[in-house]
Amino acid sequence: MALTREQMAQRVARELEDGFYVNLGIGIPTLVANYVPDDIDVMLQSENGLLGMGRYPTEAELDADMINAGKETVTARTGAAIFSSAESFAMIRGGHVDLTVLGAFEVDQQGNIASWMIPGKLIKGMGGAMDLVAGADNIICTMTHASKHGESKLLEKCELPLTGAACIRRVLTDLAYLEIENGAFVLKERAPGVSVEEIVEKTAGKLIVPDHVPEMIFD
Amino acid sequence: MAGFDKRVSSYEEAMEGIEDGMTVIAGGFGLCGIPENLIAEIKRRGTKDLTVYSNNCGVDGFGLGILLEDRQISTIYASYVGENALFERQMLNEEITVVLTPQGTLAEKMRAGGAGIPAFYTATGYGTPVGDGKEVREFNGRPHILEESVVGDFAIVKGWKADRYGNVIYRDTAQNFNPMAATAGRITVVEVEEIVEPGELKPDQIHTPGIYVDRIIQGSFEKRIERRMVREG
Repeated sequence: MALTREQMAQRVARELEDGFYVNLGIGIPTLVANYVPDDIDVMLQSENGLLGMGRYPTEAELDADMINAGKETVTARTGAAIFSSAESFAMIRGGHVDLTVLGAFEVDQQGNIASWMIPGKLIKGMGGAMDLVAGADNIICTMTHASKHGESKLLEKCELPLTGAACIRRVLTDLAYLEIENGAFVLKERAPGVSVEEIVEKTAGKLIVPDHVPEMIFD
Repeated sequence: MAGFDKRVSSYEEAMEGIEDGMTVIAGGFGLCGIPENLIAEIKRRGTKDLTVYSNNCGVDGFGLGILLEDRQISTIYASYVGENALFERQMLNEEITVVLTPQGTLAEKMRAGGAGIPAFYTATGYGTPVGDGKEVREFNGRPHILEESVVGDFAIVKGWKADRYGNVIYRDTAQNFNPMAATAGRITVVEVEEIVEPGELKPDQIHTPGIYVDRIIQGSFEKRIERRMVREG
Protein backbone atom coordinates (compact mmCIF):
# COMPACT_ATOMS: atom_id res chain seq x y z
CA MET A 1 0.00 0.00 0.00
CA ALA A 2 1.17 3.48 -0.80
CA LEU A 3 1.78 5.64 2.26
CA THR A 4 -0.94 8.03 3.38
CA ARG A 5 -0.07 11.70 3.82
CA GLU A 6 0.02 11.11 7.56
CA GLN A 7 2.39 8.14 7.19
CA MET A 8 4.67 10.23 4.98
CA ALA A 9 4.75 12.92 7.67
CA GLN A 10 5.41 10.23 10.30
CA ARG A 11 8.33 8.84 8.28
CA VAL A 12 9.87 12.29 7.78
CA ALA A 13 9.51 12.98 11.51
CA ARG A 14 11.96 10.12 12.18
CA GLU A 15 14.66 12.28 10.64
CA LEU A 16 14.18 14.97 13.30
CA GLU A 17 16.84 15.24 15.96
CA ASP A 18 16.77 16.85 19.37
CA GLY A 19 17.79 20.50 19.04
CA PHE A 20 17.05 20.78 15.30
CA TYR A 21 15.87 24.04 13.73
CA VAL A 22 13.45 22.96 11.02
CA ASN A 23 11.61 24.69 8.16
CA LEU A 24 8.48 22.90 7.01
CA GLY A 25 6.85 23.74 3.67
CA ILE A 26 3.16 23.76 2.84
CA GLY A 27 1.19 20.49 2.57
CA ILE A 28 2.60 17.17 3.78
CA PRO A 29 5.66 18.89 5.31
CA THR A 30 3.34 20.91 7.57
CA LEU A 31 1.92 17.64 8.97
CA VAL A 32 5.39 16.63 10.18
CA ALA A 33 4.90 18.97 13.16
CA ASN A 34 2.19 16.59 14.43
CA TYR A 35 4.66 13.70 14.71
CA VAL A 36 7.59 15.24 16.59
CA PRO A 37 8.59 12.55 19.12
CA ASP A 38 7.77 13.49 22.73
CA ASP A 39 11.35 13.03 23.91
CA ILE A 40 12.93 15.59 21.56
CA ASP A 41 12.61 19.33 21.13
CA VAL A 42 12.66 21.00 17.72
CA MET A 43 12.20 24.65 16.81
CA LEU A 44 10.13 25.44 13.71
CA GLN A 45 11.27 28.29 11.47
CA SER A 46 8.68 30.25 9.53
CA GLU A 47 10.35 32.32 6.83
CA ASN A 48 8.24 35.44 7.36
CA GLY A 49 10.37 35.99 10.47
CA LEU A 50 9.50 33.59 13.29
CA LEU A 51 11.78 31.00 14.85
CA GLY A 52 9.79 28.91 17.33
CA MET A 53 6.38 28.69 15.71
CA GLY A 54 3.74 27.53 18.17
CA ARG A 55 0.22 26.20 17.85
CA TYR A 56 -2.72 27.99 16.29
CA PRO A 57 -4.05 30.64 18.69
CA THR A 58 -7.19 30.28 20.75
CA GLU A 59 -9.95 32.75 20.00
CA ALA A 60 -8.61 34.90 22.85
CA GLU A 61 -5.02 34.78 21.55
CA LEU A 62 -5.90 35.63 17.94
CA ASP A 63 -3.66 38.45 16.69
CA ALA A 64 -3.40 39.85 13.15
CA ASP A 65 0.28 40.63 13.78
CA MET A 66 1.14 36.96 14.40
CA ILE A 67 1.14 34.84 11.27
CA ASN A 68 3.23 32.07 9.71
CA ALA A 69 4.65 31.81 6.19
CA GLY A 70 1.34 30.34 5.02
CA LYS A 71 -0.33 33.56 6.27
CA GLU A 72 -2.21 31.62 8.94
CA THR A 73 -2.60 33.08 12.41
CA VAL A 74 -0.18 31.36 14.83
CA THR A 75 1.42 31.76 18.23
CA ALA A 76 5.06 31.84 19.28
CA ARG A 77 6.27 29.10 21.63
CA THR A 78 8.47 29.64 24.65
CA GLY A 79 11.99 30.36 23.45
CA ALA A 80 10.82 31.86 20.16
CA ALA A 81 12.42 34.81 18.38
CA ILE A 82 10.87 37.22 15.86
CA PHE A 83 12.87 39.18 13.31
CA SER A 84 12.91 40.74 9.86
CA SER A 85 12.72 38.95 6.50
CA ALA A 86 16.41 39.71 5.85
CA GLU A 87 17.37 38.08 9.15
CA SER A 88 15.10 35.14 8.35
CA PHE A 89 16.76 34.54 5.01
CA ALA A 90 20.20 35.05 6.49
CA MET A 91 19.40 31.97 8.59
CA ILE A 92 18.14 30.10 5.56
CA ARG A 93 20.76 31.16 3.03
CA GLY A 94 23.54 30.99 5.56
CA GLY A 95 22.87 27.29 6.10
CA HIS A 96 21.80 27.63 9.73
CA VAL A 97 18.56 25.67 9.40
CA ASP A 98 19.19 22.00 10.25
CA LEU A 99 16.43 20.43 8.18
CA THR A 100 14.14 21.66 5.42
CA VAL A 101 11.14 19.64 4.28
CA LEU A 102 9.32 20.64 1.13
CA GLY A 103 7.11 19.28 -1.60
CA ALA A 104 7.91 19.03 -5.32
CA PHE A 105 6.41 18.31 -8.73
CA GLU A 106 9.57 16.59 -10.00
CA VAL A 107 13.02 15.60 -8.78
CA ASP A 108 15.78 14.20 -10.96
CA GLN A 109 18.81 11.97 -10.49
CA GLN A 110 21.14 15.00 -10.38
CA GLY A 111 19.24 16.37 -7.39
CA ASN A 112 17.46 19.08 -9.38
CA ILE A 113 14.02 20.03 -8.09
CA ALA A 114 11.00 21.58 -9.82
CA SER A 115 8.28 22.71 -7.45
CA TRP A 116 6.91 26.11 -8.35
CA MET A 117 5.94 26.55 -11.97
CA ILE A 118 3.94 24.62 -14.55
CA PRO A 119 4.13 26.47 -17.87
CA GLY A 120 0.68 27.33 -19.17
CA LYS A 121 -0.86 27.24 -15.72
CA LEU A 122 -1.21 30.24 -13.46
CA ILE A 123 2.12 30.98 -11.82
CA LYS A 124 1.82 32.29 -8.30
CA GLY A 125 5.47 32.52 -7.37
CA MET A 126 8.28 30.71 -5.62
CA GLY A 127 7.92 32.41 -2.24
CA GLY A 128 10.94 31.30 -0.21
CA ALA A 129 11.39 27.90 -1.90
CA MET A 130 14.39 28.86 -4.06
CA ASP A 131 16.18 30.32 -1.05
CA LEU A 132 15.40 27.24 1.03
CA VAL A 133 16.70 24.72 -1.50
CA ALA A 134 19.80 26.80 -2.27
CA GLY A 135 20.61 27.43 1.37
CA ALA A 136 20.03 24.09 3.06
CA ASP A 137 22.36 21.10 3.13
CA ASN A 138 19.77 18.83 4.61
CA ILE A 139 16.56 18.74 2.60
CA ILE A 140 13.87 16.09 2.44
CA CYS A 141 11.60 16.34 -0.53
CA THR A 142 8.11 14.84 -0.13
CA MET A 143 6.01 13.97 -3.14
CA THR A 144 3.94 11.24 -4.75
CA HIS A 145 6.11 8.84 -6.71
CA ALA A 146 4.02 9.12 -9.87
CA SER A 147 1.22 11.30 -11.19
CA LYS A 148 -2.41 10.16 -11.19
CA HIS A 149 -1.82 8.95 -14.73
CA GLY A 150 1.11 6.84 -13.58
CA GLU A 151 3.86 9.08 -14.92
CA SER A 152 6.99 9.05 -12.83
CA LYS A 153 8.03 12.20 -10.98
CA LEU A 154 11.51 10.82 -10.30
CA LEU A 155 13.20 11.61 -13.56
CA GLU A 156 16.48 11.44 -15.40
CA LYS A 157 16.13 15.17 -15.96
CA CYS A 158 13.43 17.53 -14.68
CA GLU A 159 11.12 18.74 -17.43
CA LEU A 160 9.56 21.66 -15.56
CA PRO A 161 11.44 24.89 -14.76
CA LEU A 162 13.70 24.31 -11.75
CA THR A 163 13.42 25.63 -8.22
CA GLY A 164 17.03 24.70 -7.55
CA ALA A 165 19.91 22.85 -9.21
CA ALA A 166 21.72 19.85 -7.71
CA CYS A 167 20.43 20.47 -4.19
CA ILE A 168 18.23 17.48 -3.28
CA ARG A 169 19.75 14.37 -1.77
CA ARG A 170 16.77 12.77 -0.01
CA VAL A 171 13.29 12.04 -1.33
CA LEU A 172 10.32 10.48 0.43
CA THR A 173 7.50 9.42 -1.87
CA ASP A 174 4.31 7.55 -1.08
CA LEU A 175 6.10 4.39 -2.26
CA ALA A 176 9.69 4.71 -1.11
CA TYR A 177 12.46 6.53 0.66
CA LEU A 178 15.37 7.21 -1.68
CA GLU A 179 18.68 9.01 -1.60
CA ILE A 180 20.41 10.63 -4.56
CA GLU A 181 24.07 9.67 -4.95
CA ASN A 182 26.41 10.11 -7.91
CA GLY A 183 23.69 10.82 -10.42
CA ALA A 184 21.27 8.06 -9.40
CA PHE A 185 18.40 7.38 -7.04
CA VAL A 186 19.26 4.74 -4.45
CA LEU A 187 16.28 2.85 -3.08
CA LYS A 188 16.66 2.76 0.70
CA GLU A 189 13.22 1.76 2.02
CA ARG A 190 9.87 0.84 0.56
CA ALA A 191 6.34 1.44 1.79
CA PRO A 192 4.74 -1.58 3.50
CA GLY A 193 3.45 -4.02 0.91
CA VAL A 194 4.93 -2.13 -2.04
CA SER A 195 7.16 -4.29 -4.22
CA VAL A 196 10.58 -3.32 -5.52
CA GLU A 197 9.20 -4.08 -8.99
CA GLU A 198 6.49 -1.44 -8.65
CA ILE A 199 9.05 1.16 -7.57
CA VAL A 200 11.36 0.24 -10.45
CA GLU A 201 8.45 0.53 -12.87
CA LYS A 202 7.45 3.97 -11.55
CA THR A 203 10.95 5.46 -11.43
CA ALA A 204 12.00 7.00 -14.73
CA GLY A 205 15.42 8.14 -13.53
CA LYS A 206 18.37 5.85 -12.93
CA LEU A 207 17.59 3.68 -9.91
CA ILE A 208 20.01 1.60 -7.88
CA VAL A 209 18.35 -1.22 -5.99
CA PRO A 210 20.42 -2.76 -3.19
CA ASP A 211 20.12 -6.49 -2.45
CA HIS A 212 17.95 -5.83 0.55
CA VAL A 213 15.36 -3.02 0.65
CA PRO A 214 13.64 -2.96 4.05
CA GLU A 215 9.96 -2.14 4.44
CA MET A 216 9.05 0.88 6.51
CA ILE A 217 7.37 -0.03 9.78
CA PHE A 218 4.50 2.00 11.21
CA ASP A 219 2.75 1.57 14.56
CA MET B 1 13.68 73.06 16.52
CA ALA B 2 11.87 70.98 13.95
CA GLY B 3 15.12 69.48 12.68
CA PHE B 4 14.49 65.97 13.85
CA ASP B 5 10.72 66.14 14.11
CA LYS B 6 9.59 63.80 11.34
CA ARG B 7 5.87 63.99 12.12
CA VAL B 8 3.42 65.00 9.42
CA SER B 9 -0.21 65.79 10.12
CA SER B 10 -2.02 64.27 7.17
CA TYR B 11 -1.73 61.35 4.78
CA GLU B 12 -1.73 63.82 1.93
CA GLU B 13 1.40 65.38 3.38
CA ALA B 14 2.86 61.93 4.09
CA MET B 15 2.85 61.01 0.38
CA GLU B 16 3.64 64.45 -0.99
CA GLY B 17 5.95 64.24 -3.99
CA ILE B 18 4.89 60.85 -5.31
CA GLU B 19 4.62 60.99 -9.08
CA ASP B 20 3.66 58.80 -12.00
CA GLY B 21 6.36 56.33 -12.98
CA MET B 22 8.06 56.19 -9.59
CA THR B 23 9.35 53.11 -7.76
CA VAL B 24 7.72 52.31 -4.42
CA ILE B 25 9.06 49.78 -1.92
CA ALA B 26 6.44 48.45 0.47
CA GLY B 27 6.76 46.53 3.73
CA GLY B 28 4.41 43.71 4.69
CA PHE B 29 3.93 39.97 4.28
CA GLY B 30 0.52 38.97 2.99
CA LEU B 31 -1.76 41.43 4.76
CA CYS B 32 0.40 41.43 7.91
CA GLY B 33 2.24 44.66 8.65
CA ILE B 34 1.20 46.46 5.47
CA PRO B 35 1.09 50.27 5.30
CA GLU B 36 -2.62 50.17 4.56
CA ASN B 37 -3.36 53.89 4.89
CA LEU B 38 -0.36 54.96 2.81
CA ILE B 39 -1.52 52.56 0.09
CA ALA B 40 -5.01 54.08 0.34
CA GLU B 41 -3.47 57.53 -0.09
CA ILE B 42 -1.69 56.42 -3.28
CA LYS B 43 -5.05 55.12 -4.48
CA ARG B 44 -6.71 58.47 -3.66
CA ARG B 45 -4.05 60.36 -5.57
CA GLY B 46 -4.43 58.13 -8.62
CA THR B 47 -0.66 57.98 -9.18
CA LYS B 48 0.00 55.75 -12.19
CA ASP B 49 2.64 53.59 -13.80
CA LEU B 50 4.22 52.63 -10.50
CA THR B 51 6.91 50.00 -10.09
CA VAL B 52 6.31 48.27 -6.77
CA TYR B 53 8.60 46.03 -4.73
CA SER B 54 6.58 44.04 -2.22
CA ASN B 55 6.49 40.40 -1.17
CA ASN B 56 2.83 40.12 -2.21
CA CYS B 57 0.22 42.29 -3.90
CA GLY B 58 -2.58 42.32 -1.34
CA VAL B 59 -6.00 40.79 -1.96
CA ASP B 60 -9.02 41.95 -3.91
CA GLY B 61 -10.15 45.18 -2.28
CA PHE B 62 -7.43 45.47 0.36
CA GLY B 63 -3.74 46.29 0.64
CA LEU B 64 -1.87 46.75 -2.64
CA GLY B 65 -4.84 45.03 -4.32
CA ILE B 66 -6.67 48.36 -4.34
CA LEU B 67 -3.99 49.90 -6.57
CA LEU B 68 -4.86 47.35 -9.25
CA GLU B 69 -8.44 48.62 -9.53
CA ASP B 70 -7.38 51.70 -11.47
CA ARG B 71 -4.29 50.00 -12.92
CA GLN B 72 -1.84 52.13 -10.95
CA ILE B 73 0.86 49.43 -10.83
CA SER B 74 2.62 48.67 -14.11
CA THR B 75 5.41 46.45 -12.73
CA ILE B 76 5.69 44.47 -9.53
CA TYR B 77 8.60 42.57 -8.02
CA ALA B 78 7.11 39.99 -5.64
CA SER B 79 7.74 36.43 -4.46
CA TYR B 80 4.14 35.28 -4.36
CA VAL B 81 1.05 36.82 -5.89
CA GLY B 82 -1.65 34.21 -5.96
CA GLU B 83 -4.39 35.51 -3.68
CA ASN B 84 -5.99 38.05 -5.94
CA ALA B 85 -8.43 37.49 -8.83
CA LEU B 86 -7.96 40.97 -10.29
CA PHE B 87 -4.20 40.50 -10.19
CA GLU B 88 -4.45 37.17 -12.01
CA ARG B 89 -6.60 38.76 -14.70
CA GLN B 90 -4.18 41.66 -15.22
CA MET B 91 -1.26 39.24 -15.30
CA LEU B 92 -2.92 36.98 -17.90
CA ASN B 93 -3.87 40.04 -20.00
CA GLU B 94 -0.31 41.34 -19.65
CA GLU B 95 -1.58 44.59 -18.17
CA ILE B 96 0.94 44.25 -15.37
CA THR B 97 4.55 43.08 -15.55
CA VAL B 98 5.33 40.60 -12.81
CA VAL B 99 8.93 39.88 -11.90
CA LEU B 100 8.74 36.89 -9.60
CA THR B 101 11.63 37.18 -7.19
CA PRO B 102 12.73 34.69 -4.52
CA GLN B 103 11.67 35.95 -1.11
CA GLY B 104 15.18 36.06 0.33
CA THR B 105 16.52 37.77 -2.79
CA LEU B 106 13.74 40.37 -2.53
CA ALA B 107 14.63 41.07 1.12
CA GLU B 108 18.31 41.28 0.23
CA LYS B 109 17.65 43.60 -2.74
CA MET B 110 16.06 46.05 -0.29
CA ARG B 111 18.64 45.52 2.45
CA ALA B 112 21.58 45.92 0.07
CA GLY B 113 19.96 48.90 -1.67
CA GLY B 114 19.54 50.67 1.65
CA ALA B 115 23.12 49.83 2.60
CA GLY B 116 24.63 51.25 -0.60
CA ILE B 117 25.53 47.88 -2.08
CA PRO B 118 24.50 47.91 -5.75
CA ALA B 119 24.47 44.16 -6.32
CA PHE B 120 25.24 40.84 -4.65
CA TYR B 121 25.91 37.23 -5.59
CA THR B 122 23.61 34.49 -4.37
CA ALA B 123 23.18 30.77 -5.06
CA THR B 124 19.42 31.27 -4.90
CA GLY B 125 17.89 30.99 -8.34
CA TYR B 126 20.94 29.59 -10.13
CA GLY B 127 19.86 27.07 -12.79
CA THR B 128 16.24 28.32 -12.62
CA PRO B 129 14.31 30.83 -14.74
CA VAL B 130 15.28 33.47 -12.13
CA GLY B 131 18.92 33.10 -13.16
CA ASP B 132 18.29 33.47 -16.90
CA GLY B 133 20.48 36.16 -18.40
CA LYS B 134 22.21 37.01 -15.13
CA GLU B 135 25.95 36.99 -14.60
CA VAL B 136 27.21 33.74 -13.04
CA ARG B 137 30.32 33.47 -10.93
CA GLU B 138 31.70 30.58 -8.94
CA PHE B 139 32.58 30.95 -5.27
CA ASN B 140 33.79 28.01 -3.17
CA GLY B 141 33.11 25.71 -6.10
CA ARG B 142 29.50 26.72 -6.39
CA PRO B 143 27.81 28.87 -9.05
CA HIS B 144 26.11 32.08 -7.92
CA ILE B 145 24.08 34.66 -9.82
CA LEU B 146 24.46 38.42 -9.62
CA GLU B 147 21.35 40.20 -8.37
CA GLU B 148 20.98 43.98 -8.37
CA SER B 149 19.74 45.79 -5.30
CA VAL B 150 17.00 48.39 -5.28
CA VAL B 151 16.47 51.91 -3.99
CA GLY B 152 12.94 53.27 -4.28
CA ASP B 153 11.74 56.81 -4.85
CA PHE B 154 9.45 56.10 -1.91
CA ALA B 155 9.43 53.43 0.78
CA ILE B 156 6.14 52.90 2.59
CA VAL B 157 6.39 51.20 5.95
CA LYS B 158 4.09 50.08 8.76
CA GLY B 159 5.49 50.27 12.29
CA TRP B 160 3.99 49.74 15.71
CA LYS B 161 5.41 52.66 17.68
CA ALA B 162 7.65 55.55 16.75
CA ASP B 163 8.90 58.71 18.35
CA ARG B 164 9.06 62.06 16.60
CA TYR B 165 12.71 61.40 15.74
CA GLY B 166 11.55 58.61 13.45
CA ASN B 167 12.84 55.78 15.59
CA VAL B 168 10.54 52.83 14.94
CA ILE B 169 9.72 49.50 16.53
CA TYR B 170 7.62 46.77 14.97
CA ARG B 171 5.26 44.34 16.61
CA ASP B 172 5.53 40.54 16.27
CA THR B 173 5.59 39.16 12.72
CA ALA B 174 4.29 42.49 11.37
CA GLN B 175 8.00 43.32 11.21
CA ASN B 176 8.79 41.16 8.11
CA PHE B 177 10.01 43.33 5.18
CA ASN B 178 9.39 46.65 6.91
CA PRO B 179 12.87 47.29 8.36
CA MET B 180 14.55 46.66 4.97
CA ALA B 181 11.98 48.73 3.10
CA ALA B 182 12.59 51.57 5.56
CA THR B 183 16.27 51.75 4.61
CA ALA B 184 15.68 51.63 0.86
CA GLY B 185 13.57 54.70 0.10
CA ARG B 186 14.85 58.08 -1.08
CA ILE B 187 11.83 59.23 0.87
CA THR B 188 10.79 56.82 3.61
CA VAL B 189 7.33 57.24 5.08
CA VAL B 190 6.39 55.27 8.18
CA GLU B 191 2.88 54.98 9.54
CA VAL B 192 2.48 53.68 13.07
CA GLU B 193 -0.21 52.84 15.57
CA GLU B 194 1.21 55.19 18.15
CA ILE B 195 3.64 58.09 18.23
CA VAL B 196 5.18 58.10 21.68
CA GLU B 197 7.13 60.71 23.61
CA PRO B 198 10.88 60.85 22.96
CA GLY B 199 12.68 58.63 25.42
CA GLU B 200 9.83 56.19 25.73
CA LEU B 201 11.40 53.78 23.27
CA LYS B 202 14.55 52.24 24.70
CA PRO B 203 17.47 53.05 22.39
CA ASP B 204 18.64 49.45 22.31
CA GLN B 205 15.18 48.22 21.32
CA ILE B 206 14.83 50.38 18.20
CA HIS B 207 14.41 48.30 15.03
CA THR B 208 14.64 51.18 12.54
CA PRO B 209 16.79 54.13 13.64
CA GLY B 210 15.36 57.53 12.69
CA ILE B 211 18.16 58.30 10.26
CA TYR B 212 16.35 56.19 7.64
CA VAL B 213 12.99 57.84 8.18
CA ASP B 214 11.74 61.06 6.58
CA ARG B 215 8.10 61.19 7.61
CA ILE B 216 6.09 59.69 10.45
CA ILE B 217 2.34 59.58 10.79
CA GLN B 218 0.01 58.00 13.30
CA GLY B 219 -2.94 56.12 11.84
CA SER B 220 -5.62 53.62 12.67
CA PHE B 221 -5.53 50.21 11.08
CA GLU B 222 -8.01 47.57 10.03
CA LYS B 223 -5.35 44.81 10.19
CA ARG B 224 -7.30 42.30 8.16
CA ILE B 225 -6.52 38.61 8.75
CA GLU B 226 -5.94 36.56 5.61
CA ARG B 227 -6.12 33.02 7.03
CA ARG B 228 -7.84 32.88 10.37
CA MET B 229 -6.83 29.70 12.16
CA VAL B 230 -7.87 29.01 15.76
CA ARG B 231 -7.74 26.01 18.06
CA GLU B 232 -10.16 25.02 20.77
CA GLY B 233 -9.09 26.62 24.00
